[in-house]
Amino acid sequence: MPSKLRTESGFERPDDFYDVLIEAHRGLTEVQSAMVNAKLILLLANHIGDLDVIREALAAAKAGV
Amino acid sequence: MPSYAYPTYAYRPSPDQVRTTPARHRVAIVGAGPVGLAAAIDLAAQGVACVLLDEDNTVSTGSRAICHAKRTLEILDRLGCAAPMMAKGITWQSGKVFFRDGQVFAFDLLPEGGHRFPAFINLQQYYFEQFLVEHAATLPAIDLRWKNRLVRVDVKADCVRLGIETPDGTYDIDADWVIAADGARSATRRLMGLDFRGKVFEDRFLIADVKMKAEFPTERWFWFEPPFHTGGSALLHRQADDIWRIDLQLGWNADPEEERKPERVIPRLKAMLGPNARFDLDWVSVYTFQCRRLDRFRHGRVIFAGDAAHQVSPFGARGGNSGIQDADNLVWKLALVLKGLAPERLLDSYDAERLVAADENIQYTTRSTDFITPKGTVSRTFRDAVLGLARTHVFARRLVNSGRLSTATILADSPLSTADIDAFDGQLRPGAPALDAPVLRDSREGWLLDSVRGGFSGLYFAEAGVDPTVAMGLAALKQAPIPVATTAVVPAGQSAADGLAVVVDAEGQAGRRYDGAPGTFYLMRPDQHVAARWRKFDRARVDAALARATGH
Ligand SMILES: Cc1cc2nc3c(=O)[nH]c(=O)nc-3n(C[C@H](O)[C@H](O)[C@H](O)COP(=O)(O)OP(=O)(O)OC[C@H]3O[C@@H](n4cnc5c(N)ncnc54)[C@H](O)[C@@H]3O)c2cc1C
Repeated sequence: MPSKLRTESGFERPDDFYDVLIEAHRGLTEVQSAMVNAKLILLLANHIGDLDVIREALAAAKAGV
Repeated sequence: MPSYAYPTYAYRPSPDQVRTTPARHRVAIVGAGPVGLAAAIDLAAQGVACVLLDEDNTVSTGSRAICHAKRTLEILDRLGCAAPMMAKGITWQSGKVFFRDGQVFAFDLLPEGGHRFPAFINLQQYYFEQFLVEHAATLPAIDLRWKNRLVRVDVKADCVRLGIETPDGTYDIDADWVIAADGARSATRRLMGLDFRGKVFEDRFLIADVKMKAEFPTERWFWFEPPFHTGGSALLHRQADDIWRIDLQLGWNADPEEERKPERVIPRLKAMLGPNARFDLDWVSVYTFQCRRLDRFRHGRVIFAGDAAHQVSPFGARGGNSGIQDADNLVWKLALVLKGLAPERLLDSYDAERLVAADENIQYTTRSTDFITPKGTVSRTFRDAVLGLARTHVFARRLVNSGRLSTATILADSPLSTADIDAFDGQLRPGAPALDAPVLRDSREGWLLDSVRGGFSGLYFAEAGVDPTVAMGLAALKQAPIPVATTAVVPAGQSAADGLAVVVDAEGQAGRRYDGAPGTFYLMRPDQHVAARWRKFDRARVDAALARATGH
């Protein structure tokens, strides 16, 4: 099956994205951060709405873990 | 303690008990629970006599099934048993889900009108069984034997010998076919040494029935982690006679003996219902739930149905409701085989169809259970994240799983279905259960499903009258060895041809639900599932589909 997950760089300004992500967690406890991450995954996964892409992303995320 | 007056059904010795050789019966059904009773009544309706054995002499004790789905009501209606259920049951179709101290969303299970039966009624299992027993008692074809416990199964080449224990000692009968409907602890299954595999959920639930006059609406209310029951889930649902069902999740470490005690239960209920709530405890039990099934439901002449064949956790009300669908699926097949109109292998399609249904039910209830009782920190975080998002985000509401409530299984890959060769729109497809619609019959308001019963049936959608050749072809189907009784569905103001039953689709609902362009013909199975459909009536195609649907 051809890959549907885009893994080439998608951001025009990657550093900005990374900063936004880290900033979002500033001052949160671990439990709060875990909740934010979980909600973020749910929101983005629904936005993607394609289980094939999500399966691929999960596999890539698990590789080496 | 229970406000319901349990009937006692008399043990009556049977002449079979004093014979020197075992009496021979065509069908024996083990277990007069909902499934065994429904099967017996359906068999009688199809002209097949049976012996129905039950080890007890009353209906289901305590609090078990309460939610009976639309499809169950449609099946019961076909069996002539829906009216008392509807009269006594509590009709509902909406509910609310709460998380901690706030409402997450509300739902409606049957938003569109034009159905005879509601999405659900709530009725205690003892009433459900009582009404079936009362109906069975009017049918001479059913020989219902209380206090008759199955203790031995001996599978022979051409029959099954059953050893039965009664207050007067044991006796044997021989049966051509046995329907094992003896529940989750099935004696038949144990005596035949069959495996019942699956998984147990490591959690305990307090099930309490309380009698109270309360102002809560007739809705299913489900709480995740409510303030009144820290860390667990809770369910509140109304039943007949001002009895309310309350489920509280207790966790795996709860001590079932302790938790059953009124001094433990009452404070929990007061926390939920308020310190001033006045209620009486009607019944309390503590359950663990499991999802298991047999590898196969047909073992030669012994066929398993209901909880004896498969067991699910109750989230979604899929246990009893799927058992009734088992009976609905099995009985017409067995009746055709017994009448010599279908080969025995038709019974294998029961396996094929109902195993898929059981797996679907097990999957749904397993997923619900995983959502309701998350195991581990990460699954709990995701669960709470879904609930947190669901207040404001529609997509997350669809992820909330407090039980996916039972609907009829679509027998999508059934060996009995004929695949579409024409294009159709809409929900229906081969293998799907019929959809009801309001129609006029002899100028009186009625329901389409009343034309889809009593054997195989046909629905012919016509515009202005029915072409006489087609009408003759449709009428001739009634004379086939396996007769097909066809009803013409015509628009308001039209009539059909002579010799054809007709209903008027005054509101156009039937036409819409069946995508019934003029000329469309549906072949329906005796259990009201679609066997085949075409845009044009063609006798040769109907014959082929009928042969396929009967295992030929
Ligand atoms: C707490 C709870 C809530 C539930 N809620 C729902 C719900 O809302 N909706 C729903 O659809 N389902 C629900 N269920 C499931 C439902 O109760 C069962 O699926 C249903 O009772 C199965 O019917 P059955 O006829 O297969 O078996 P059973 O009801 O168990 O009947 C088996 C019968 O066999 C008889 N028997 C047993 N052994 C022998 C023997 N050796 N010889 C002769 N007779 C024998 C018994 O006396 C009994 O009458 C719930 C279950 C529980 C526990």
